[in-house]
Amino acid sequence: MRPILMKGHERPLTYLKYNKDGDLLFSCAKDHTPTVWFADNGERLGTYRGHNGAVWCCDVSRDSMTLITGSADQTAKLWNVETGAQLFTFNFDSPARSVDFAVGDKLAVITTDPFMELNSAIHVKRIAGDPADQSGESVLILKGPQGRINRAVWGPLNRTIISAGEDAIVRIWDTETGKLLKESDKETGHKKTITSLAKAADGSHFLTGSLDKSAKLWDARTLELIKTYVTERPVNAVTMSPLLDHVVLGGGQDASAVTTTDHRAGKFEAKFFDKILQEEIGGVKGHFGPINALAFNPDGKRYGFLLLQINVS
Amino acid sequence: MGDVLIMNEIDATANRLGIDLLQVDLDSIQLPPGEDFGIISDDEDVYEDDDQEVESGFGNIIVVDNLPVVPKEKFEKLEGVIRKIYSQIGVIKEDGLWMPVDPETQKSLGYCFIEYNTPQEAELAKEKTNGYKLDRAHIFAVNMFDDFNKFMKVPDEWAPPEHKPYTPGENLQKWLTDEKARDQFVIRSGTDTEVLWNDARHLKPEPVYKRSYWTESFVQWSPLGTYLATVHRQGAAVWGGANTFNRLMRYAHPQVKLIDFSPGEKYLVTYSSHEPSNPRDANRVVINIFDVRTGKVMRDFKGSADEFAVGGTGGVAGVSWPVFRWGGGKDKYFAKLGKNMISVYETESFTLIDKKSLKVENVMDFSWSPTDPIISLFVPELGGGNQPARVSLVQIPSKEELRQKNLFSVSDCKMYWQSSGDYLAVKVDRYTKTKKSTYTGFELFRIKERDIPIEVLELDNKNDKIIAFAWEPKGHRFAVIHGDSPRPDISFYSMRTAQHAGRVSKLTTLKGKQANALFWSPSGRFIVLAGLKGFNGQLEFYNVDELETMATAEHFMATDVEWDPTGRYVATAVTSVHEMENGFNIWSFNGKLLYRTLKDHFFQFLWRPRPPSFLTPEKEEEIAKNLKKYSKKYEAEDQDVSMQLSEQEREKRRSLKNEWEKKISEWKRLHEEEKMERQMLRDGEASDEEEEYEAKEVEVEEVLDVTEEVEE
Repeated sequence: MRPILMKGHERPLTYLKYNKDGDLLFSCAKDHTPTVWFADNGERLGTYRGHNGAVWCCDVSRDSMTLITGSADQTAKLWNVETGAQLFTFNFDSPARSVDFAVGDKLAVITTDPFMELNSAIHVKRIAGDPADQSGESVLILKGPQGRINRAVWGPLNRTIISAGEDAIVRIWDTETGKLLKESDKETGHKKTITSLAKAADGSHFLTGSLDKSAKLWDARTLELIKTYVTERPVNAVTMSPLLDHVVLGGGQDASAVTTTDHRAGKFEAKFFDKILQEEIGGVKGHFGPINALAFNPDGKRYGFLLLQINVS
Repeated sequence: MGDVLIMNEIDATANRLGIDLLQVDLDSIQLPPGEDFGIISDDEDVYEDDDQEVESGFGNIIVVDNLPVVPKEKFEKLEGVIRKIYSQIGVIKEDGLWMPVDPETQKSLGYCFIEYNTPQEAELAKEKTNGYKLDRAHIFAVNMFDDFNKFMKVPDEWAPPEHKPYTPGENLQKWLTDEKARDQFVIRSGTDTEVLWNDARHLKPEPVYKRSYWTESFVQWSPLGTYLATVHRQGAAVWGGANTFNRLMRYAHPQVKLIDFSPGEKYLVTYSSHEPSNPRDANRVVINIFDVRTGKVMRDFKGSADEFAVGGTGGVAGVSWPVFRWGGGKDKYFAKLGKNMISVYETESFTLIDKKSLKVENVMDFSWSPTDPIISLFVPELGGGNQPARVSLVQIPSKEELRQKNLFSVSDCKMYWQSSGDYLAVKVDRYTKTKKSTYTGFELFRIKERDIPIEVLELDNKNDKIIAFAWEPKGHRFAVIHGDSPRPDISFYSMRTAQHAGRVSKLTTLKGKQANALFWSPSGRFIVLAGLKGFNGQLEFYNVDELETMATAEHFMATDVEWDPTGRYVATAVTSVHEMENGFNIWSFNGKLLYRTLKDHFFQFLWRPRPPSFLTPEKEEEIAKNLKKYSKKYEAEDQDVSMQLSEQEREKRRSLKNEWEKKISEWKRLHEEEKMERQMLRDGEASDEEEEYEAKEVEVEEVLDVTEEVEE
């Protein structure tokens, strides 16, 4: 496996997303321009200009036509993937942290950070087939979790929304009624901020990574805790192999806590775990900063199976 | 003396109170000398020490008895005399002196009450004037007012003491009889303290006992491993038992900071330092020596911190712990460095030997032979080099000088005893002629040989800095790390080789090692050359018999290395001096990593020591010779366990896989069920080409188009 280095962002990366076919890779960073790359050779295809703050998250529609991005400039934007044109801007009163298209791409869930007196919230927006009909109205707004909601994604059949964030609790909400259906147990669940959440390809289960130095695997329907992967470092990013029973954890301490120059001291490796046995099986070294984002190519067979990005901060 | 006085007082008191002492069997009352007479119950959970002062409001009143009985006219004169005596000690309260009068005779009753401002003054007055001779016939008997209550409580009728049947104690050494011959260790992380078996065969520790908030600062094993000591605000405690850890004894010592066992674990020394009331004064130091088994204070030392901070080669203010160093074997003596003297006490009476300290002008440092009653001491150069520095060996209790060596241009000396007391190595730092730098040599004493011959050893390059020095336990060899820091050399020397019985000779030098600490196996022969701190935890397991490296390894950021007491395993730990990687690794003696455990906020790792073996050296040698015979049994066991382990492991994996398969098929079923709905959500687009469990070659035209563009 030969790593492909993609250079282009000026600030630390925040999020990575492959399109469904695995040929395009979308990257978000603290600089203001999400970028799209050819996944197989690392060539930069284009950028999406228009945000005025760090871009935290993105998602791409199933047909790879529409990109949604959430940014610290208190907006979420829809883009034409091909032309880079801005299609629509959702305005909020606080930074947009995470975005996720529903099955069918007719709905999107967007989370907003707590800001001034404002609490964090989960917004559901309808995505119009024709951008001209697009409205900024929220179909549903969910509130309740304390602190930032780092990720909110759709559950099976869009019936539920799964959220996780600073309060270390994973929640499942009913998208019909807006009711809270399930909460993860405080005893068995994460002990510190959940930083990342990755769904399995079929949405049946998902993986959460936390600053409590562990990652946990949950059933997306029942919120049953299935597995726990324990590592030595806070986990910033997680992903699962679509092919093999592997999970990958990326992490390292915060940039502010990096006190030694030795790269090993920071533990900037991506750790591979056996998904079933919960044992560490390997690591990929060579990163000079904490790993903030990880993504598996949905069809990893053709070109290795992983692309890592790093945060030089 | 003390006892007699107390009896007098009781006599007097009893007389006054109209108690017929003849009816009281005085022998049945045992009053611990110098103790208050409140009997502290064993199962009280709180130490009573602090309560004493607030017990009643009369702590500052004393009763002075055996005063002359005087008529009214002489009252004033007597009062004046008493006031004069007692106001020297402290401030008597206004109206604080009261001499009762017999209403019938109008004469004084021969006693008076004095109220001081503070209980401390009262206490001092009692101590100072009890037994004060006013004249021949009047010898003062002074008591605390509060104590009278206690005297009153002495029952009138004597009841025979309850006869308690003898109950055999627990076997405190039971851990030594472990069938698998495993060793224990204690770890402290976060608020938890845990004792575990090192189950190297199963490649994991096995829990023995765990407790949160077991200690308030640290834990410590006694030197023979019988007890685990914990430290609390109120004092220290020791724990042990056959199968678990029960509290065996408590030692009251408020604010205790440091503890130290005597090597035979008969005595426990506790230390505390208290802020002085006057900020200009030095801290007040309290040291207690307890009998470990009875919990009795055998001797206490109190004084200003200055008295306990003398000596030490560093010359840094503060107490160098342990203040008392034990020696002479069987916990016989303990000694403390003082100004121009070494105070040696013996434990039979807990007093100074010959009632005198050992006078040594300017003594800087001393250390005991680990086995014999011999003290080695170091005196630095005096008078600008007119009087050379010297190292002496002094026999205790005779205080006779066995051997002395004068040394010139010395800047510093460090003494290293070999564990069986056969050799003493003195590392001598000397000034070069210019006095600008120093170089190092060794003086090697052969203690057990006639006349104690001394040999001088200089390194090949005598300008090399010495980074570490260590004797082989029970052996004749030693290791030295020397040279410049990034890649120093390590040399091994032997005090006797086949060719040269009476001469030190170099065995080998390992060049350019990343090491700064030496850890010999307790049974000798093997050594871990460790690069701690700046070297990030480099480890080299070295066999000194064969002069070859067995393994090199790394425990990243390791701060501690400790051999188990048998020399079979090595523990390396990263303690909370680092934020990350906290936890410990267990290695075999030859450097194979057996298992690792991560624990946040990891503070301590301590192997439970073992008492010395009862086998004679001959027997040990015989066993070593016939090791094959003995080891067969264990090898077979090892194999069984490893078979069993791999079987268990396979079984575990199988069941995990099965469980997972079940989950997957359930998800598949649900996924299939939801297929139609999903399809509807996607406006009828067949949703089966979506991501599936089995990887399918997915072909989507659009994508291919994009790829072609790239190729153009």
